Amino acid sequence: MVHASRREYIPFIIFQAATIAGVAILFMTLMLLWREGHAVLSWDFVMRPWSHRDITSGGIAQAIIGSLFVGMGVTLFSFPVGVATAVYLTEYSRETLWKRVIQLAIQNLAGVPSVVYGLFGLVVFVNTLKFGTTLIAAILTLSVMTLPWVITASVEALTAVPPRFRHSSLALGATRWQTVWRVVLPSAFPGCITGGIVGIARALGETAPIIIVGATFYLSGFPTSPFQKFMALPYHVFILATQHSNSSAQSYAAATALVLILMTFCLTLGAIIVRYRLRLKKDW
Amino acid sequence: MTAKGDQKNDLSVAVLGVHQRFPSRFSYDHIVFGTIAALTVAFLVGIFVFLLTIGAGVFRHVSWQEFFWSSNWNPTAFVTPAWGIGALFTSTLIVTGLTVAISFPLGFAIALYLSHIAPRSVRECLKPTIEMIASIPSVVLGLLGILFVAPLVARVFGLSNGLNALTAALMVAIAALPTIASICEDALGSVPRRYEEASFALGASHWQTIRRVMIPAARSGLLAALILGLGRIIGETMIVLMVAGNSRALPQGILDPVRPMTATIAIEIKEVVIGSVHWQGLFAIGLILFVVTFVINFIADLLIRRHRV
Repeated sequence: MVHASRREYIPFIIFQAATIAGVAILFMTLMLLWREGHAVLSWDFVMRPWSHRDITSGGIAQAIIGSLFVGMGVTLFSFPVGVATAVYLTEYSRETLWKRVIQLAIQNLAGVPSVVYGLFGLVVFVNTLKFGTTLIAAILTLSVMTLPWVITASVEALTAVPPRFRHSSLALGATRWQTVWRVVLPSAFPGCITGGIVGIARALGETAPIIIVGATFYLSGFPTSPFQKFMALPYHVFILATQHSNSSAQSYAAATALVLILMTFCLTLGAIIVRYRLRLKKDW
Repeated sequence: MTAKGDQKNDLSVAVLGVHQRFPSRFSYDHIVFGTIAALTVAFLVGIFVFLLTIGAGVFRHVSWQEFFWSSNWNPTAFVTPAWGIGALFTSTLIVTGLTVAISFPLGFAIALYLSHIAPRSVRECLKPTIEMIASIPSVVLGLLGILFVAPLVARVFGLSNGLNALTAALMVAIAALPTIASICEDALGSVPRRYEEASFALGASHWQTIRRVMIPAARSGLLAALILGLGRIIGETMIVLMVAGNSRALPQGILDPVRPMTATIAIEIKEVVIGSVHWQGLFAIGLILFVVTFVINFIADLLIRRHRV
């Protein structure tokens, strides 16, 4: 490589500055949120139930629990379906037009705006299946939305398993199902999990479908079944930020946002660490 | 199918190394996985059919011309409701255009730095950091827009209220940045290494190689990044709902408050009677969003395929 002349360093410095700006955006976001919300944030705020009349006396426990339920529900639905679809695409399907159709459908599902998923969920789960504005309706809507992300990540993990693993297994007399279940899936599983985690992190932060399918802003107890109404952190942030008359509502919104961002960051960071360790460990 | 036949079939193809071409087609596991995979197609078709059947109903009450060309959207008016999405569509266009103008150059620069300029250790550390931006929920970006960016924009431009198209675009740009950066990086990273080496061998400098070889070679992938980013930006709802200013008037400039199509759906859907013309109108807007993003994805897919070949 010929070393760059001094003049040529200029574009490099610009690109470097852009990257630093990108990183700065992340830290600025956290810093500004902290500045606005840290005074409100306390153990009480996280643990205590919400009080609608006087927001200063309550916490956001229901919203946290609601979001956790949503996250678990989405995992329960979209992870098995997503991995199974990926297995079909990589292990079973031949290079046919039908496979191409499925791949195109996945790509397009990934591009559909979240608000459109909200409309779909509203018609199918809330009105047609008569779930009403309940936890299960939100979970199913978000599951459909998360599905393409889980599938894409799982397909990547499955195709990374070398073909010789499958060949050896088949050569030993295993059926395709045995090969998938005992050889391919165990090798690809951490990769699939990474994709699942990232999907759930995004589903947790997604607000538009929840607005449309319907979270509530006020709940006296905790939901005990999936067919009850629920509160969720992102919706709570939205209402506090835009529709609450209390003058300190925005600090409460920022504190709630901090809790939400802590959840999504932990999930994403977890996924990144799993992926990194996987790459170190992988000897194929 | 018997287990024995299965084995023989698979064993022979394993030896031949073409096992993908002759799977055991009619085993139970094949049928189960195939059915689950078909769900994705069912969901996509289902979304389209629901949007179409409900959304098309609006045209029984409203003319095509009014819906697409009029810029007066006022479905709840007491005397004469108006159903033109012109202003909403223009709002989407303005916010999307501004966002692309901000986030694409930045995302491209980040991708270029990470894929070809940064030393390995710096890349390993910065790449996850940029990815973390994607896990900032959009409602949080909306909140930051209300709390900090809107007042800043208001002060800089001397406005009474900073909730406008520019503020929304600034925040949406942050949301779109990691997507654009990561697709650009894929495109730049997938240029064969021998191109780079050949260029160096011919005596080109690092920057010459990037500018004359790597970027042109990755052109269609970069275009795909632009288009996919566009799809994400058009669909962004929460940020524009919170900081775009929420005005149904036809915007005249980038400092006007706007209300893009996504925000309109999110604001109005909870207050309409199910099955009413208003309800159908909102689904028609949803249908437009769906079709636009569908076309965008299709074009991007074509570009990426050409890029791979």
